[in-house]
Amino acid sequence: MSAIPVRRARIGANDTRLQAQMRRFTAVSGMTLLAVAVVSIFLMPLVFMIATSFKDRSQLTAPGAPLYPAAPETFEWQGAEYPVYDVPGPDGVVRAWALVEPHREDSIFIDPADPEAGPITWEGRWRTLQQHWGFALNVENFTNAWETIDFPRLFVNTFAIAGLSTVAAVASAICVAYGFSRFRFPGRNGLFIVMLATIILPFQVTLIPTYAVFLAFGWVGTWWPLIIPHAFSNAYNVFLLRQYFLTIPRELDEAAMIDGAGPFRILRSVIVPQAIPAIVAVTLFHFFWAWNEYFLPLVYLQSEPDLQPLSVGLARFNALYSQEPTLIQAAAIMAMALPVVVFFLAQRAFMRGVVFGGVEK
Amino acid sequence: MASTPGTTSGRVAAVPLAPPGLWTRLRSPESLTGLAFVAPFLIGFVVFSALPMLASLALSFTDFDPRRPAEIQFIGLDNYARMLRDPILLESLWVTVRFAVMVVPLTLAFALAVAMLVNSTLLAGRNVFRTLFYMPMQIPIVASTVVWIGVLNASNGWLNYGLEAIGIPGPNWLNSAVWVGPALALMGLWGIGNMMLIFLAGLQSVPTELYDAAKVDGAGPWARFRNVTVPMISPVLFYNLIIALIATFQYFTQAYVISNGRGDPDRATLFFNLNLYREAFTFFDMGYASALAWLLFVIVLGLTILLFRSAGSWVYEGGER
Repeated sequence: MSAIPVRRARIGANDTRLQAQMRRFTAVSGMTLLAVAVVSIFLMPLVFMIATSFKDRSQLTAPGAPLYPAAPETFEWQGAEYPVYDVPGPDGVVRAWALVEPHREDSIFIDPADPEAGPITWEGRWRTLQQHWGFALNVENFTNAWETIDFPRLFVNTFAIAGLSTVAAVASAICVAYGFSRFRFPGRNGLFIVMLATIILPFQVTLIPTYAVFLAFGWVGTWWPLIIPHAFSNAYNVFLLRQYFLTIPRELDEAAMIDGAGPFRILRSVIVPQAIPAIVAVTLFHFFWAWNEYFLPLVYLQSEPDLQPLSVGLARFNALYSQEPTLIQAAAIMAMALPVVVFFLAQRAFMRGVVFGGVEK
Repeated sequence: MASTPGTTSGRVAAVPLAPPGLWTRLRSPESLTGLAFVAPFLIGFVVFSALPMLASLALSFTDFDPRRPAEIQFIGLDNYARMLRDPILLESLWVTVRFAVMVVPLTLAFALAVAMLVNSTLLAGRNVFRTLFYMPMQIPIVASTVVWIGVLNASNGWLNYGLEAIGIPGPNWLNSAVWVGPALALMGLWGIGNMMLIFLAGLQSVPTELYDAAKVDGAGPWARFRNVTVPMISPVLFYNLIIALIATFQYFTQAYVISNGRGDPDRATLFFNLNLYREAFTFFDMGYASALAWLLFVIVLGLTILLFRSAGSWVYEGGER
């Protein structure tokens, strides 16, 4: 630090600027490297998931197997298949040689890289050697998991439940948010606060009577309990939409009103088109909330495997096939594919929505 | 909640001079239209919140079993008396509280650290990092739990490989009553997305002049964090704290999936909510489960009130509100 003024005096201001740039460059690369390191560890389970899903089950317990998907290599020589081993040479270099003729104390190998050189005799016990693994993708896990958990059915179920509940939730939230943001009626602010208070109401408090009523209706074991309640709006969605509606100038409503538009017409032709970003955010949030939901589908669809969504199906699969981690990881990939892809496509809408809904409170 | 600016101007002239009665105001066309639009909320609130709440309070004084609804009997405070001598309930409360004490500070600290990292002007590609840190939020919880079960596997999970590589023998995470809590806490770090974004918004609203002034006064990085950042973001810290505490008392899916709903090992994952689920939907003791739900409600409400009471002493409410 103390050297800088001296140098500036000798060489001039250009060099100091360069030094400042260098310092900034070092700081930026240091910080970015730190972030790369943290995010790599943070997302390591995903790498584990992908690697495991492409492995053969035997690789998981095999000693000396690599972390990436691989299979023991073999080498075909003179019409026969021979296993390839990692053979340490006298010079300390480990070579991948095919074991042609195993003996107890010395064995005959062939070098797959140079089969013309002929058989090589290696002194040592071949049983102490480890198999040589080569990169190999096992895609059968995906086809097996796909069929075992009946993925198409689970996918369609999840899509139907999440889709129907999202339509109900978004349509009702738009109406309620419009009512709260554009009309004056006695008790409006009080009602709005009551609505926000329902956020901290634990759902367990209403769970059992609701279950009992749905049971009396004969709706336990159907999708209705997972859809109908959403048609009555939800505090988060209404809050987010109302805040957005309040930013739309009222002059637009009034202009439409002068042109003879009724409240529904104003909602449809003025408010909704103006509020598309907020509506998209609410739609995405709700859809994937419903896509991920586990507790209520478990409660209402426990005895109906044919109607269950992915979350319940995957948990059931995990319990049944706990000895098949490769299948489970493949199934996990299939269950998360759609939400994760859509998130990357629409990450701005998601992330802005969180902040908008969270901080404004 | 702030009153809505701009909603009254220009309409005042239409209102009669004498304040009209409630009934008149309620029946005005504007009021009726507004009420019609908020009707879904009003109906939903009554049908799916208010009435079920009262009903579950009523059920908590009965021995309601949905398989024999006709044989329901009023049993007074028996369910509440049973709570006091239910060792499994006490255990589930202890599991939940112990977990909250560990996981809430851990996730808050990690989320704040990540938010500061991705807010740093020294970081290249900040949006990419924000997206990547948020992303696990978007993975269905059952799927992410299943992934973590694999990572935490004692013999072939990568976490123990990593620990072995640096010379630490990894524990049998999911089958040890001691380590399953920390294992679930580690899993919880994948859920920092929302918290991180809310912290980030908080950090971005801190005026840079404050940092400049602190620097002039000779404050180092820690002093600036402690005396500028923390007080300025205390409202979002408070918000995240409340959300995290409520979420911990609702903790269910991860615990259910790792133990297949049994609370293994040794009831170390029998969280309050899992215990409630078992009472209600495994043993169909819905009267008792209703009482448990009300206990949960009272605890959550009490915690929230306590936090709001304490907020005055540590949450900085900017001057403009």
